Amino acid sequence: MPIEVLLVEDNPGDARLTREAFRAANSDVHVSVAADGVEAMTFLRQEGAFSRAPRPALILLDLNLPRMSGREVLASIKQDENLKAIPTVVLSSSDAAVDIDMAHALQVSCYITKPTLSDDLDRVVDRINDFWLRHVRFPATAVN
Amino acid sequence: MAKFSAPASAPREVLLVEDSPGDVRLTQEAFLAANRAVRLHVVADGVEAMAFLNRSGEHAGAPRPDLILLDLNLPRMDGREVLRRIKRDAALKAIPTVILTTSEAETDVSGSYQLQANCYLGKPVHLEAFEELVESINDFWLTMATLPQQH
Repeated sequence: MPIEVLLVEDNPGDARLTREAFRAANSDVHVSVAADGVEAMTFLRQEGAFSRAPRPALILLDLNLPRMSGREVLASIKQDENLKAIPTVVLSSSDAAVDIDMAHALQVSCYITKPTLSDDLDRVVDRINDFWLRHVRFPATAVN
Repeated sequence: MAKFSAPASAPREVLLVEDSPGDVRLTQEAFLAANRAVRLHVVADGVEAMAFLNRSGEHAGAPRPDLILLDLNLPRMDGREVLRRIKRDAALKAIPTVILTTSEAETDVSGSYQLQANCYLGKPVHLEAFEELVESINDFWLTMATLPQQH
């Protein structure tokens, strides 16, 4: 049974590095990528081309995204009774206090500042995997 | 990378809401081993937890915690009610609140996420696993995650 992770990331290079880092860290993880906020919400609501999309156990969300920002995606997830229980981790290059405080006010699960070097991204993914996928308990709906 | 570790001098305020003296002691010892910058504050029930967070009564001088570790089964006011109150309070909801409990009931797991717990951790029964978990909490929440700045 794969562990479904939804990565919302518009930079193809970062998406690829993150996917590869998960592959190295945990072969049970299956990463789906949404390249903007509209696509992320369509995926989560299983609409249109994503009618068969899995419900993710964990969402990794960039903040600066085309069409619909990560902030709007986070607000939409947390206003949706069917989605609000999915742990949502912001993974953003922004270390601005306004972004960090906004995300926490919107009930982000946690906020991680994305490192600029790819080696460090590997390390971040390792730590996310170690903590979230080895220690944390998820609601049963997450594995359905 | 310096970015991943807080300066040793910056204290990290952690509020542990736990009624079992044995678990309190294990958590204290594990944090002492993991991170000297952690200042662990302990309250033994939900009423005292809310008094600490609202800085009322004897907790008038209490710091705002960087992280809350919350047991679910507590005397007077249980952890579910404490979580509900934290996440409904505009002044408190931004504080990361981690559930740390022996309860494996699905209603507790999904109920806690529905109430916007930041994450749910099962409390291990074996000493070594407990120490490892506290170390992971420290590594992830107090060194890797970027916590809210407002105090």
